[in-house]
Amino acid sequence: MEATAAIAPAIEKEEKQYSYLNLGPTHPATHGIFQNVLKMDGEVIVDSQPTIGYIHRAFEKLAERRPYNQITPITDRLNYCSAPINNIGWHMTVEKLLGVEIPKRVQYLRVIIMELARITDHLICNAVIGVDTGALTGFVYMFQQRELVYEIYEEICGARLTTNIGRIGGFERDFSPKAWEKIHKFLKEFPVVLEEFDSLLSRNRIFMDRTIGAGGISVEHALNYSFTGPNLRAAGVDYDVRVASPYSSYEDFDFVIPVGKNGDVYDRFMVRQEEMRQSLSIIKQAMKNLPEGPYHAVVPEFYLPHKEDVYNNMEALIYHFKIVMGETEVPKGEVYHCVEGGNGELGFYLISDGGRTPFRLHFRRPCFIFYQAYPEMIKGSMLSDAILTMSSMNVIAGELDA
Amino acid sequence: MEATADKIIVGEKPEGIEGTGFFATRLDKVVGLARKNSIWPLPFATSCCGIEFMATMGAHYDLARFGSERLSFSPRQADLLMVMGTIAKKMGPVLRQVYEQMAEPRWVLSVGACASSGGIFDTYSVLQGIDRIIPVDVYVPGCPPRPEQIIDGVMKIQYLVETESLRRRDSAEYKAMLNKYGIE
Amino acid sequence: MEAAAQEKIISVINEKFEGEIIEATMLTDFFTIIVKKEQIVDIISHLYHHPDTKFQFLTTLCGIHFPEQNQIVVMYQLHNMVTNQRLRLKIFLSADNAVTKTLTTVFAAANWMERETYDFYGVIFEGHPNLKRILNVDEMIIFPMRKEYPLEDQTREDKNDLMFGR
Repeated sequence: MEATAAIAPAIEKEEKQYSYLNLGPTHPATHGIFQNVLKMDGEVIVDSQPTIGYIHRAFEKLAERRPYNQITPITDRLNYCSAPINNIGWHMTVEKLLGVEIPKRVQYLRVIIMELARITDHLICNAVIGVDTGALTGFVYMFQQRELVYEIYEEICGARLTTNIGRIGGFERDFSPKAWEKIHKFLKEFPVVLEEFDSLLSRNRIFMDRTIGAGGISVEHALNYSFTGPNLRAAGVDYDVRVASPYSSYEDFDFVIPVGKNGDVYDRFMVRQEEMRQSLSIIKQAMKNLPEGPYHAVVPEFYLPHKEDVYNNMEALIYHFKIVMGETEVPKGEVYHCVEGGNGELGFYLISDGGRTPFRLHFRRPCFIFYQAYPEMIKGSMLSDAILTMSSMNVIAGELDA
Repeated sequence: MEATADKIIVGEKPEGIEGTGFFATRLDKVVGLARKNSIWPLPFATSCCGIEFMATMGAHYDLARFGSERLSFSPRQADLLMVMGTIAKKMGPVLRQVYEQMAEPRWVLSVGACASSGGIFDTYSVLQGIDRIIPVDVYVPGCPPRPEQIIDGVMKIQYLVETESLRRRDSAEYKAMLNKYGIE
Repeated sequence: MEAAAQEKIISVINEKFEGEIIEATMLTDFFTIIVKKEQIVDIISHLYHHPDTKFQFLTTLCGIHFPEQNQIVVMYQLHNMVTNQRLRLKIFLSADNAVTKTLTTVFAAANWMERETYDFYGVIFEGHPNLKRILNVDEMIIFPMRKEYPLEDQTREDKNDLMFGR
């Protein structure tokens, strides 16, 4: 007993030793370029210091130097997992500034494209959650389905990933019969794979043990950190821009907003799974009720005319020249438009001073805003849970760093 | 040589003298053949092109056909550095360090417009092409390139690997080239 | 937003901060109030807690540079998710001495948004826990989003202005 008493004060005096671990910026498990310096007590994270900006590309400055139609390709590269939502969100912002009425058919076609994009976004996120828990099989299954969506994009706009889809005012062409055929094929094949993927993971004991309770956040914290999208819904708030402030005729569709309870990795996974099913349902409704009509609005100052008209019609030639040279006139004004992106409220705050380029364009990037809660979410958890938390938040580097 | 169902060709046989139970050829051809079909890539994926790389690794395009399915996330064991996506000025030193950590022989594939030249991002924060800080062997254009293009780039690298002289890395020209980049 | 709701917000601000409102307008579909810069955080905090407004969600925050007036505007967008009302507040700062108080005391989300605004425009948010550059390298000496600084990378020599401009 005496010996212990003699040793004990010495142990008490000894300060707790922490180790520091540098996670990133090129760590293979982080799916992007973020650096976190973790203060570790054994396997438990005590504190972390995130550093971002490793692919800062100056989108906002770039947008101040580009004519309106040339900004669409920049928006592609924000959240490249669901590029069409960004493109269409930007188009709608400009249309709001111009005060253009968009034909119903265009709105429905846009809904179809945006929901396809939402599916690819959630699909990649959930597949990666699977990989991070050690289930590579689901990833391979799901990526095959992603190729199907890419083929649809290719049929509509010619590009796969960074789509630059549509124009200000509508689409450059109507969907071809081949495109419809591919959408039908996707609607038939994808639900089967989705349910198979779901049955692999969602009631899997290992997966549940690994994800339930990991990386949780409470409603109050999520709101205070300005969470939006699936991450906020997983915490239990039924906020969805598609319902709160409907755009592009979302009020016509009947769908459910899935809501979680604990805001942990499992809830985020399940919310995304359910949103994919809802997206499928929205696409089906849109196809069923698709109105007839033109595939673009009449905005000759922004909508690039067809090549035939350019060769045969004086006016079309003038507009073509003006659009290509970026000399179209834009009204003065200030608008904010938001869409429900893959990760939440994607907002475009645009100030026009009447010049050929925006005076100021600010992107409300959901990733940038909710990623700052990451240190708090991983505090006290294991290192492997921190990786899982990051992939389930679906932090996209392009959107994070602008 | 024709590939038939019962005769699958993994690699082209180099020219040499063949007889019963032996085959004689030049050593560098054998080394080139072996290296070509077992390139371990280090995916340095930063943005959009990285997603296309994931598609390339997927079942549809399947980079494993070229002997490159084993991704080496450690630069020490990697043969090929695949830079995919925008490299910002903040990221430049990191990329350079990764390159310096790789062992010779090493090759660099620059995928996409951003990595090759800065692409549309001619801005204050983006490095205007990774060839400003490290030497590059093959450039793949596109924003982002299609998986087919990435595979084409990998095949070009395979050609370089196969035909490279064993003494190239010891030559004065190669050292002078590295010195130009300030790499010892 | 209906006129009644606008009146309500204005009266809530005037209740405690009489004379702080410079201008209140409807911009497209977004109600915007320009206020004096001194008490902006207190006003937002008041709008956060007041039972009639309850703007408890910070949508976004950003800077805008007006070179002709030599001013920097800081724009705050608030959202009440229950009534689905949105509100934009603006303050005008001098570009030479852009200093204001931090909003991190009310919204945790303001942390990185303010760091970004500092990084881009050099707006100093007093009381911010960690006000340093977030997206750009620490060594950078300019505030790149200010209009006087060029967009392009200055080290490029292969692009000249003669043929295509930049």
